[in-house]
Amino acid sequence: MKNFVYALIVLLAIVHQDIWWWDNKTLVLGFMPLGLFYHALFSCMAAAVWALAIKWAWPSDIEAWAEEAFVESNDGQGGEQ
Amino acid sequence: MIHFPSLVVLGQAAEPASRTPLYIIIVYMCLLFALGGISSRLFRGSSKDFFVASQSIGPFMLLMSVFGTTMTAFALVGSTGKAFSLGIGTYGLMASSSGLIHTACFFLIGIRMWSFGKKYGYVTQIQFFRDRFESKGIGYLMFPILVGLIIPYLLVGLIGAGNYIGGVTRGMFPGTFEAGAVPAWLSGLIICLVVLFYVFLGGVRSAVWANTFQTIVFMVMGLVGFLVIAKGLGGLEAASQKVMENAPQKLSREGLMTPAHFISYMLVPLSVGMFPHLFQHWLTAKSAKSFRLTVIAHPICIMIVWVPCILIGIWAAGLYEAGELRVPQLPNGKPNANAVLSVMVKSFMDSPLLIGLFSAGVLAAIMSSLDSQFVCIGSMFTNDFIVPLKGEVSDKQKVWLGRGFIVFIVFVTYIISIFKPTSVFNLGVWCFSGFSALFPIAFASVYWRRLTKAGVIASVLATAVTWALFIYDALGNKGEKWFGEVHAGEYLIAGVMPVTFICLASLVALIGVSLVTKAPSQSTIDRFFPIKKA
Repeated sequence: MKNFVYALIVLLAIVHQDIWWWDNKTLVLGFMPLGLFYHALFSCMAAAVWALAIKWAWPSDIEAWAEEAFVESNDGQGGEQ
Repeated sequence: MIHFPSLVVLGQAAEPASRTPLYIIIVYMCLLFALGGISSRLFRGSSKDFFVASQSIGPFMLLMSVFGTTMTAFALVGSTGKAFSLGIGTYGLMASSSGLIHTACFFLIGIRMWSFGKKYGYVTQIQFFRDRFESKGIGYLMFPILVGLIIPYLLVGLIGAGNYIGGVTRGMFPGTFEAGAVPAWLSGLIICLVVLFYVFLGGVRSAVWANTFQTIVFMVMGLVGFLVIAKGLGGLEAASQKVMENAPQKLSREGLMTPAHFISYMLVPLSVGMFPHLFQHWLTAKSAKSFRLTVIAHPICIMIVWVPCILIGIWAAGLYEAGELRVPQLPNGKPNANAVLSVMVKSFMDSPLLIGLFSAGVLAAIMSSLDSQFVCIGSMFTNDFIVPLKGEVSDKQKVWLGRGFIVFIVFVTYIISIFKPTSVFNLGVWCFSGFSALFPIAFASVYWRRLTKAGVIASVLATAVTWALFIYDALGNKGEKWFGEVHAGEYLIAGVMPVTFICLASLVALIGVSLVTKAPSQSTIDRFFPIKKA
């Protein structure tokens, strides 16, 4: 799943380059230019993909390592501070 | 029905304008003083508390402080002005790409940097680099470069604030100041003093508290202001229709930017991976889990702030083209894009109370970046320059040395801001470009074991030389440009942003020199790559 999340992030970087409606001046909902509307949606999609990253690609090994250091130093064992 | 009071407001008003907005701004400044006093009571007196709040900041305050720090005059004053001249493409250039790239930096670099800070007790970015690259000298090289890049960032805030306050107070003091507006030197001075006050009291803890408060203020007031301006224009649809009729080019990107120009902008948000003040905020996190809310909510928060600003910018363009909005001019005769937001606020907000509250929100966005940058500068000076040079320095001395250097840099920046007014957006982009070019160092330092000290030095030098050359060519060279050309107000080289070539030079130097120089010692690799691959 981790690779799937990274693939989604790459896909987002690609779909950010929306050249397909470069000159489109349509107003969505009567006031929002299409290019702006799409990129606002893109922001929401980015948030969703990062939520997936937290679920499936969270660096729990690094987190555990850092928290372990905290316990060491609190125990007065010297740790690596 | 649409009404256009702007020509009256910005013209020769017969009576002084209401000073209520200014009083509200003053009340807001007093609130910040009080908040500084309250948060200082939690200050534990140690340098670790002054510089990284003793790593005690939870998810919500981390989100607010990180987001507030990345949003400055660039985001409000700059984005509105840029949309005024470059149209809706401005959002894609910086905002939506930042939702992806900033968050990638938090997720891929921030959490790792936090873990090293937690494990080895780092307070600054350079302390990490010194250990990672086994070199005390590398700190002396990076210190002036990073401080030199932060100064334009501080300038973005001060120039943006000066332009905004000047516009919104226009006509309030006829006969006292030029055009009856509070001058930039005075607004900049007051803002610097207020931020210095609360930063002095509690260091980064005060900055985090103030950022949280100010981020809420500017997000809420931004939305309220947007809706009021839209109402003043006769509604959302009528406002956009005006653009369609008078400045339709602002509704798309055709003719204003090319796909190559657009894609090269994606490199600019990489700068957050190297911002020293953001690194310091990462270190304040209580745990790695504190990052989760920031990672998810940051793109949404950007959207909430930027979409209204872009719409206000293009609406202003529509009115300007129709001859229904007067924007102050620059000496070259072009409209001052930095003044667009204040002109729109003053023209389409009827209530002085609302103008005051919205203005407090704009200043909140600006000051929420300045405070973090102030603390960071002081932190780098004591921990990265004085301590390695002099050896033992007491905790109390560290705090006072930090405070002294903050005052010095703020003074220098303040003086420059008075004499060098320029486009907030463009200045910000130059500053971010320098940080972006240093991004490969931050990324490689946590993911590439073979990265060497010599590679980093080569990368820093390549960045400094190319950045200085391009910025001189763009801003200082009055004759024929050496490398690029100016298109729609943007300096482009071969059709793309200069950041492309600065990053490329940095990356080639980093990889090339690292591969031909001696690898770091095994003990350093073990220290910074603790997780063994299965």
